[in-house]
Amino acid sequence: MTPQIIGTYFVCLFLIIGSGFVLVGAIGLLKFNDPMTRLHAPTKVGTVGIGMLLLASVVHSFDIGEPSTHELLIMAFLFVTAPISANFIGKVNIHRRACDTPPDPPLDDTWSTLSVPESDRDG
Amino acid sequence: MTRAFYWLIPHPLLTLILAIVWMFLQNELSAGMIVFGFILGIIIPWGTSVWWPDTPKSFRLRKMIRYSFVVIWDIIVANIEVAWIVLTVPTSKLKPAWIIVPLRLKEPEAITLLAGTITLTPGTVSADLSDQGHSLLVHVLHTHDADAVREDIITRYEARLLEIFS
Repeated sequence: MTPQIIGTYFVCLFLIIGSGFVLVGAIGLLKFNDPMTRLHAPTKVGTVGIGMLLLASVVHSFDIGEPSTHELLIMAFLFVTAPISANFIGKVNIHRRACDTPPDPPLDDTWSTLSVPESDRDG
Repeated sequence: MTRAFYWLIPHPLLTLILAIVWMFLQNELSAGMIVFGFILGIIIPWGTSVWWPDTPKSFRLRKMIRYSFVVIWDIIVANIEVAWIVLTVPTSKLKPAWIIVPLRLKEPEAITLLAGTITLTPGTVSADLSDQGHSLLVHVLHTHDADAVREDIITRYEARLLEIFS
């Protein structure tokens, strides 16, 4: 068992785990029927799924002797941007009333997505 | 001296992060690249300072690092939980819910961090903020006890963020 072979085993393991999670994300997207619940599967399962695939790429690059750390950067940007897109899809769902309308907030007037500017309100 | 430092580098942390990102992009470590990374790290915050009106008054880096590890661990656990829900719970038995988290955080940066954390962890997506910014709307994928989820968010994440930004 040379380090290379052990490395290859780890690459395989990470690839299998990663693709498993991505598959589950896709199944979730197909299975649920409400736009809001649908949002959950790809946004979360996707991050670890893709994270694992990128980790496999890092391990492989060290394994073949050409170390690469670009993948860590991809992971960082993915973790920063995934919540933003999820938030926007959620906002669109609320705005188009594609989901149950959420209960009113206890402390303020309304949710910012549902609030209408004063100039546009009907008399 | 300190005034000159803050005039040149208004956001020291941002400068450091930009320099590190540049080095990762280059995929190699040489003196020239480090110097160039820091030059970028000084120029970019300087040019974009118009869009950074108020920096949070305090930011505790060590607590932030600990918080990141808590969140990474939660993300891994959450992924397994959500994967399990996707595979085993039939759509008709799924119990999604809206929950409202009252916010004690004031800084926009802190609220953004909390919303991002919520989206990345256990079956929750932060969907909206109330118009005056006092509560956060969160959608839960599958829960029998919405209050427990809210308590969890408040004690586990918001309390820590309050400490980081206090």
